[in-house]
Amino acid sequence: MEQYISLAVKAIFVENMALAFFLGMCTFLAISKKVQTALGLGIAVIVVLAITTPVNNLIYNHLLREGALAWAGYPEVDLSFLGYISYIGVIAAIVQILEMFLDKYVPALYNALGVFLPLITVNCAIMGAALFMVERDYTFGESVVYGIGAGTGWALAITALAGIREKLKYSDVPAGLRGLGITFITVGLMSLGFMSFSGVQL
Amino acid sequence: MSLRNILDKMEPHFHKGGKYEKWYALYEAADTIFYTPGSVTKSAAHVRDAVDLKRMMILVWMCTFPAVFFGMYNVGLQANTAIDGGLAATEGWRTALTGALAGFDPNSIWDNIIHGAMYWLPIYIVTFVVGGFWEVLFAMKRGHEVNEGFFVTSILFSLILPPTIPLWQVALGISFGVVIGKEVFGGTGKNFLNPALTGRAFLFFAYPAQMSGDAIWTAVDGFSGATPLGLAAMGGVDAILAQNITWFDAFVGTIQGSVGEVSTLAILIGGGVLVFAKVAAWRIVAGVFAGMVGMSLLLNLIGSETNPMFALPFYWHLVLGGFAFGMFFMATDPVSASMTNTGKWYFGALIGVMVVLIRVVNPAFPEGMMLAILFGNLFAPLIDNFVVQANIKRRMARNVG
Repeated sequence: MEQYISLAVKAIFVENMALAFFLGMCTFLAISKKVQTALGLGIAVIVVLAITTPVNNLIYNHLLREGALAWAGYPEVDLSFLGYISYIGVIAAIVQILEMFLDKYVPALYNALGVFLPLITVNCAIMGAALFMVERDYTFGESVVYGIGAGTGWALAITALAGIREKLKYSDVPAGLRGLGITFITVGLMSLGFMSFSGVQL
Repeated sequence: MSLRNILDKMEPHFHKGGKYEKWYALYEAADTIFYTPGSVTKSAAHVRDAVDLKRMMILVWMCTFPAVFFGMYNVGLQANTAIDGGLAATEGWRTALTGALAGFDPNSIWDNIIHGAMYWLPIYIVTFVVGGFWEVLFAMKRGHEVNEGFFVTSILFSLILPPTIPLWQVALGISFGVVIGKEVFGGTGKNFLNPALTGRAFLFFAYPAQMSGDAIWTAVDGFSGATPLGLAAMGGVDAILAQNITWFDAFVGTIQGSVGEVSTLAILIGGGVLVFAKVAAWRIVAGVFAGMVGMSLLLNLIGSETNPMFALPFYWHLVLGGFAFGMFFMATDPVSASMTNTGKWYFGALIGVMVVLIRVVNPAFPEGMMLAILFGNLFAPLIDNFVVQANIKRRMARNVG
């Protein structure tokens, strides 16, 4: 149990997807003007990460990795070179399925998320989580916790950024820096604040 | 001829079309130091108060004085004690000047203050000149006022540095703090991080050798000794007491540390005035304190066999490191803190919890106040947002029902 808690803390704060690894930057910068939408997108990312990371974990462990196909009678086959394309395919498929599912059964949430849901397909934080999962050899249970944790960290970061950007509406930024320029600086300063977790050993 | 007349006579030159139009920001700054501006709001309802931003900032500036003088005394005391213990004083103009004006006797208050001033004053002058340069440059180019917010930023920045820091790093740090931390957002009141802390954090990560460690806290070559907080990280309270440092020493401030942060007593005096004058929000101070006490009690309860910091009681957290200074002077910065009353509690508590967490759990940083406040600053707008939303929701429900 304890290892899951420390893994979650690590995924949320210490190795924050957005502010420590700078993954998922395009959506992070683009959809962070309003707290409400940022929160919606954050929740969508949590859901998608919580599903795709474990599914990719199963695929990697039971189909792709060296010796994984032993159950089918091919113990020497190593399909791990198919990793990238499999993960991205899985992510795209699951986002599509999730979208159809929400459209049919939870239309309120579907409407709230709107265009963000398909956008998540190309969010590199999702792909990043799958690759970290493979690299660090997480078990199935760990990959569930890691997926949820990484998503939560990303959601936390984008919501905080949206809060700051709402406040910065009243700022008087020099003309050349307005828009994305000042957002980049803001994100940089935010990750300075998140440095408080760097070095935590869990 | 009165001062007002002289200023009035000069004024037209600085207005648009005048000879010194470009320098208006400087004229305005000098004028408003002496007089409340005569311009008034012309339309709609408004409240006027003699306590404007300038008076408020000057009050904060003056409230740091107890910490400043005690800080200088303590820098001198630490150095003179080390010299008394047999180490040679650092070669250079500082020592020469101290020798000319005073001596190196750790028992003499005068000697200690002079020796300390030789370290703190250059830091402050560099901070003020370099930071002031950026401030005035931006004010002139962008047409906003130079205001006393910078007095506060500069003195706070100079007080949270270790006494032996090289002066070029001071210049670099305050430049980063003022330009990236404040001016790119449009100047005072428009930034979201505390500029002084931004500058210090920049130095902390860029030049860790001069910003942390055992050799930098006492201004004598070859002296090496951990700060009490560093000692606590190694062996808990016992390790501090083993160095003959009592809780009372730490409270009064005769311990190693950054210039202005050592004396909880001096900070309480200045901070008390700030809270009493309602310049510093008491809710934030109370929130930080409550968060710190709550978190340290919780960690005391959990306990740990390998990490002695878990057992550090809250009254030690209070007097060690930059906690008190951050609580009164940094966290209460009205610009980067939460603005709503409820939000101030959450904001303060977040900082209090974070500072204990960083000190105890994170082995990379012995001190956590700087990063905890920066972390709190990140979430301050969000906290406000939720408080406002909750308020809107509650009032909607009341009106509908």
